[in-house]
Amino acid sequence: MISTTCLLSWMIFSPMLFAVIAILTPSFLENKLRTLTLIQTLVNAVLAVVLYVRFDGYSAAPQLIHFVSWLPEWGINYIVAIDGLSLPLVMLTAFVSPIAILATWPHGELKKEKFFVSLIMALQTGMYGTFLAHDLFLFYFFWEVVLIPMFFMIGIWGGKDRIYATIKFFIYTMVGSLLMLVAIFWLIHESTHLPGANPSASFEVLGQLKFAFDGSSLKTVFSSPQTYLFLAFALAFVIKVPMVPFHTWLPDAHVQAPTVGSVFLAAVLLKLGTYGLMRIAIPFFPQAAFYFSEMFILLGVIGIIYGAFCALNQTDFKKLVAYSSVSHMGYIVVGLFSFQKIAIAGSLYQMVNHGISAGGLFMIVGFLYERLHTRNLQEFGGLAKVVPMMAIAFMIMTLSSVALPGSNGFVGEFPILLGAFQVHPIYVLFAGTGVILGAIYALKAYQMVMLGPKTRNDLDHLHDLNAREITAMIVLTVFVFGIGFFPKTFFGKSDATLDSYANQVIYKVGHP
Amino acid sequence: MDTMYSSLPLLILLSPLVGFFINAVVMPLKYKGFAKTSADTAGGIATFFIGLSFIMALMVFAKLMGSNSQNPSVMTYCYEWFNFGGLNIPFELRIDKLSGLLVMIITGIGTLIHLYSISYMHDEECVGRYFSYLNLFCFNMLLLVMGNNLPLLFFGWEGVGLCSYLLIGFWYTETEKANAGKKAFIVNRIGDLGFLIGMFLLFRELGTLSLTEINSMLHDSTVVARIAPSVTMICLSLFVGATGKSAQLPLYVWLPDAMSGPTPVSALIHAATMVTAGVYMIARLNPLFELSPLALSVIAHTGALTALFAGTIAIAQTDIKKVLAYSTVSQLGFMFLACGVGAYQTAVFHLMTHAFFKALLFLGSGSVIHACSGEQDMTKMGGLKKYLPHTHFTMLIGSLAISGIPFFSGFFSKDEILYSSIALPHGISYLFIVGVLTAALTAFYTGRMMSLTFYGNERMSHDVKHHLHESPALMTFPLYVLATLAALGGFLGVPHLMGDYLGHMPHFLSQWLEAVVPAHHLPLVGIKIPLHEGVVMVGSSVIAILFYWAGVTLFKRVLFVKDLVSGINPLHKVLENKYYVDELYGKIIVEPLRKISAFSADVLDKVFVDGAVNGLGRGVRRVGSGLRILQTGDLQTYGLMMLGGVLVIIFFIFKVLV
Repeated sequence: MISTTCLLSWMIFSPMLFAVIAILTPSFLENKLRTLTLIQTLVNAVLAVVLYVRFDGYSAAPQLIHFVSWLPEWGINYIVAIDGLSLPLVMLTAFVSPIAILATWPHGELKKEKFFVSLIMALQTGMYGTFLAHDLFLFYFFWEVVLIPMFFMIGIWGGKDRIYATIKFFIYTMVGSLLMLVAIFWLIHESTHLPGANPSASFEVLGQLKFAFDGSSLKTVFSSPQTYLFLAFALAFVIKVPMVPFHTWLPDAHVQAPTVGSVFLAAVLLKLGTYGLMRIAIPFFPQAAFYFSEMFILLGVIGIIYGAFCALNQTDFKKLVAYSSVSHMGYIVVGLFSFQKIAIAGSLYQMVNHGISAGGLFMIVGFLYERLHTRNLQEFGGLAKVVPMMAIAFMIMTLSSVALPGSNGFVGEFPILLGAFQVHPIYVLFAGTGVILGAIYALKAYQMVMLGPKTRNDLDHLHDLNAREITAMIVLTVFVFGIGFFPKTFFGKSDATLDSYANQVIYKVGHP
Repeated sequence: MDTMYSSLPLLILLSPLVGFFINAVVMPLKYKGFAKTSADTAGGIATFFIGLSFIMALMVFAKLMGSNSQNPSVMTYCYEWFNFGGLNIPFELRIDKLSGLLVMIITGIGTLIHLYSISYMHDEECVGRYFSYLNLFCFNMLLLVMGNNLPLLFFGWEGVGLCSYLLIGFWYTETEKANAGKKAFIVNRIGDLGFLIGMFLLFRELGTLSLTEINSMLHDSTVVARIAPSVTMICLSLFVGATGKSAQLPLYVWLPDAMSGPTPVSALIHAATMVTAGVYMIARLNPLFELSPLALSVIAHTGALTALFAGTIAIAQTDIKKVLAYSTVSQLGFMFLACGVGAYQTAVFHLMTHAFFKALLFLGSGSVIHACSGEQDMTKMGGLKKYLPHTHFTMLIGSLAISGIPFFSGFFSKDEILYSSIALPHGISYLFIVGVLTAALTAFYTGRMMSLTFYGNERMSHDVKHHLHESPALMTFPLYVLATLAALGGFLGVPHLMGDYLGHMPHFLSQWLEAVVPAHHLPLVGIKIPLHEGVVMVGSSVIAILFYWAGVTLFKRVLFVKDLVSGINPLHKVLENKYYVDELYGKIIVEPLRKISAFSADVLDKVFVDGAVNGLGRGVRRVGSGLRILQTGDLQTYGLMMLGGVLVIIFFIFKVLV
């Protein structure tokens, strides 16, 4: 039915086709728009399953390549491909999307629904495109595509301070993106020096580029071109992660964004940053990355601890989860910059796992907000008796978030800490305090919502999760424990790629 | 081993998990709602599945017993849990003679406590939830002892912590109880970080986390020489984990609070099984700990100090469960003292006898509380002996056992610990004195507890007295079984000195454990203090009898030590308030943490990080003023923008596909 060559392009553009359908929907069918979105996301989930089945886990090379000449005179082509690094993230996107649609369906009416669902679809195109692009300019194109729907989603459907949050989000990401764009053109220009003398932006070609790097002194470091290229890319990516101190756009964006926006933001968008580090910043500029690795690890560790401390002090439930994201994403930075095979694998797993746990937690926030129109933790309490299903779902997401063994969270954090410990024991000791602090704020939030005496009388009439919300939570639960117990089943297909990726990166560090 | 046996460890592990699923998922589906399963149904299901595990455990135990092999074991290899980049962690279960013993204790005592719970929790809401947690706990505990590598052990280790959290906070609508659960989880997490670091260090040094491989690698002298510089660090890190889970100084603070859970939970989790996990871990890794005399010394000192410290607190408590909680902390300290002086076998021996008599005492106290309509304050009890004859009789046996009265089980194991501390090469003579002192205290506060509860004046309110009743057979049956074990269990470890008189009765446990936990030779006369084993034995018996008797008789009329000795009041107040440790931790840890977090969120993030960004933003704001169209809500503008976007995308698709 679907030819293998176009499978990836179908995944990227089928949401856009649905968006066109959505826009053309006559007004009397507008109440079916959400169903259309669900169908769209399910179509992509089915495509993702086909993709997963066809993916050859024994090969480390990019697969299912779709090449279309685009702007050959500039060296820019449409190249999409998939390998073990993008596979888990594509699967994450494909499964989180329908779950997010199911779980965050507002109970009431939504203004300008047509536009809203088109944005959700456009967002998916951007996310799939970013994970699948194997041409640097195409990557940049999709990277920017992701920005626009998010920008409108917060700006139009956001909360009280949405304009402030939107501008902040926009400025932060644009600063990073512009530097990246300059660096991209630099890279394309450099590619003409390779034998063949044609400009190219494909990952394959750019991967062969070598930039001088001399780490002998600070002066030589900052006169090496690799340093500037690395920092330009790294800055764009760490803003997205977000790594402390570039993180303050995140709590505001989260708090203002509608629930579905928050879920996509936490579950997928943040991973674009770590994916970029893993795909571009580190392997293209390995010596510079290694030179600065300790700084990044330090910032990652600071992020883990600082994010946790900030989370601990929040009374806004959504802000608490947002800061917990800052904390958990810090682990990924630590893992990637440790240049240890086990930790690098753990980082990739953690990207997926954080997507599940943070996405799930934002859904819980959404459930509560939909019912009580508040996110203030002090206004909840004792809900477990009234809404037991929600209490169970929340507990499972909490366990995933605190990385209890048997849940998916452990599968990511344990290899990261174990791997990074081999080279940076002291940093890991500090990062490990995140394990304690994470338990403190997570259990605090759980207790303030679910346990203790009731704080309000109107809580008695709270509705427990409805069928579609339960469905969403069950699917997430299957992933939480499925990955927790059988990580090889879920991530095994990435082994070959991860192995060769880590070997190459580590080799390049030692052999400039 | 034939295939039937090799799948038994997995079946033993999964059986309670099946019970958990039935009570947590199937029954709520069947009854279309939570909290609707009756206690008999939920309890019956849960008991059946843990009982099934017990039967299978017996089969494995018999198999191990009949085996001629030097170190027999039954293994299940399930699948690869992790395998990447040199980190290979199979999901592999192993029952050898050490874990076999533990599995017997967990499933055996577990079954009794499940049975007891059916009656004890009969009138509670949400019993389905209770029993599902209890089954889940057993699953995790079994994984902890059967897991053949440290990450699996850690899986169980954290899993039991979770179940402990859930069960302590079982009555979660009371803030205090929910807090106690949270405290237990968080304090345990502090220890768990130590455990993790220990694991990371071990992996760095040995490149494996498999228990079998670690222990066999340590036979190699080149490996031993290689890891020598870091072995103390490894052992101490792991021990930090043990202080959390096994409630030792300074991380013991969660255990007394944990008493707010249902009493059978205290018996199972906070006395017989989970809290001994640290002792198990050290015994399991004894070849490693043997390499670091410094770490052993730290363990011995921590254990002895905790034993004395908690023992003194127990004297001044009025809540019967708090007495037992501090007593547990104290007895666990004894076990660590044993580990620290190199008497790992003895630690396991005391672990076992303690599981018998402390589970018995907790269940007995549960029966008392049940009879007194939920009253836990011993000052409002007294004279219960005639109302609760079965409870009294069984608890008496438990008390005699914990006090170390000859020939009850505690006598044998405690005596062996005391004597080991002066007779083994790692022994530390002044810790022997601490041990003897603690033993005297133990007998004394146990006597006081018995006296305040069962003897002396009746101090109950009229209402409570009116409702007094002996517990039903479902509760007294487990009491009698445990009483039998508490009375006779010590004969599994008869010292050679005495065994010779009893027709060459062997030290069964020592022979049983020898292959996994080798023992140091115990000479007849102590090497640190030249005391003959018989002298220690007789001396400690005399002390135990004397202090127990004193405890019982002195408190028939008065309630507190301060009523007996004038001038002790200030000290007593310190003991009543548990040395103000909770207050101290609040001041030096909790409060600063809160301040740091408030500072991070309110000052650092808002003023500094965000301030810098906002300053930048203000400059750019003018550029961004065009963004205000978002606020206008002008549909035409949106439409135009979308049209533009769509055109670009259509162009793009066209370009790509053509």
